[in-house]
Amino acid sequence: MTKPVATKELADRLEREFQGCIIESSDKDIVVKAEFVSKIALYLKDTPGLEFDYLNYVTAVDYKDYFMVVYNLISLKNNASLILKTRCDNRENPTVPSVVGVWKGADFQEREIYDLMGIRFENHPDLKRIFLWDGFAGYPLRKDFVNQ
Amino acid sequence: MGIDGFDIPNLDRDEGADIESMRKACTLAVPDPVGWQEEDISRNVLVTTVDAVINWSRRASLWPVNFGLACCAFEMIATASSRFDISRFGMEILRPSPRQADLMIVSGTLTWKMAPALKRIYSQMAEPKWVIAMGACAISGGLFHRSYSVVHGVNLIVPVDVYIPGCPPRPEALLNGIQKLYEKIQKQSIAQK
Ligand code: SF4
Repeated sequence: MTKPVATKELADRLEREFQGCIIESSDKDIVVKAEFVSKIALYLKDTPGLEFDYLNYVTAVDYKDYFMVVYNLISLKNNASLILKTRCDNRENPTVPSVVGVWKGADFQEREIYDLMGIRFENHPDLKRIFLWDGFAGYPLRKDFVNQ
Repeated sequence: MGIDGFDIPNLDRDEGADIESMRKACTLAVPDPVGWQEEDISRNVLVTTVDAVINWSRRASLWPVNFGLACCAFEMIATASSRFDISRFGMEILRPSPRQADLMIVSGTLTWKMAPALKRIYSQMAEPKWVIAMGACAISGGLFHRSYSVVHGVNLIVPVDVYIPGCPPRPEALLNGIQKLYEKIQKQSIAQK
């Protein structure tokens, strides 16, 4: 099993590195602002001692007022894991920077989130629906989705 | 963007348009084939004798096409393998190609995205052909009936000869369904097909 990293300390460290990037942090996870996501991702991957080189999954949650995009990162070198989250308050046009440039494995999962939850990922190389077909109306995993 | 000359965005758009039009068109069930129940033809002695031979040869050597879509497919696979052994009933292997098959066993959840493929494979099969809808999903959408992506029964897309209820039906149930199909084929007449 991987050991969860000390999130409070890591949050302080991120705050020092990118001023104003932290929304909140608990002893389980760190919530960061959406505009910092790709920079933080790169930092977490490349900084010696952290080296989160493996993206376990990326998923999204609909909390009705806002969306949360959740990244589960693993460092194979340090046997450590981290839950990184980002908030998306704009329901009309939710946008989060893509992390495909950092972890290739995010590609299909970000497309899945776009398909079912309707969150757009900026700078994604090929952002289009993956399960549903072109022309499907709405995003079925949103809480306010109504099935015709 | 293109791969080997295919225009990917256009492919996606065409597929979407196909599915949407199918979704609008397929709202009523295709009637189940019931012509074999007609009494008149079965009184004709010459036809019935020929029928008996032809039907016997047809039913004794059905060639099923493999259309496993979800969990039910595993019961179909189990039926095909040694313990239940579908070859006792004249079906040695599930064909991967519709052109070599005359029975389609639709086992599993049919989504709208898969529906055009189902229709195409059915059209590619040679006549005479039969369809078995295996499991609650194939019959009516099953427990995914209220989902946004599931077809409410394959009989919206193709005519179905035998329905096998269950979630999933056991291999014995599938074999029973195949026996029922035999009975049905036995009553068919070349005057119809
Ligand atoms: S009927 Fe049940 S077992 Fe069969 S495909 Fe549907 S959910 Fe799976």
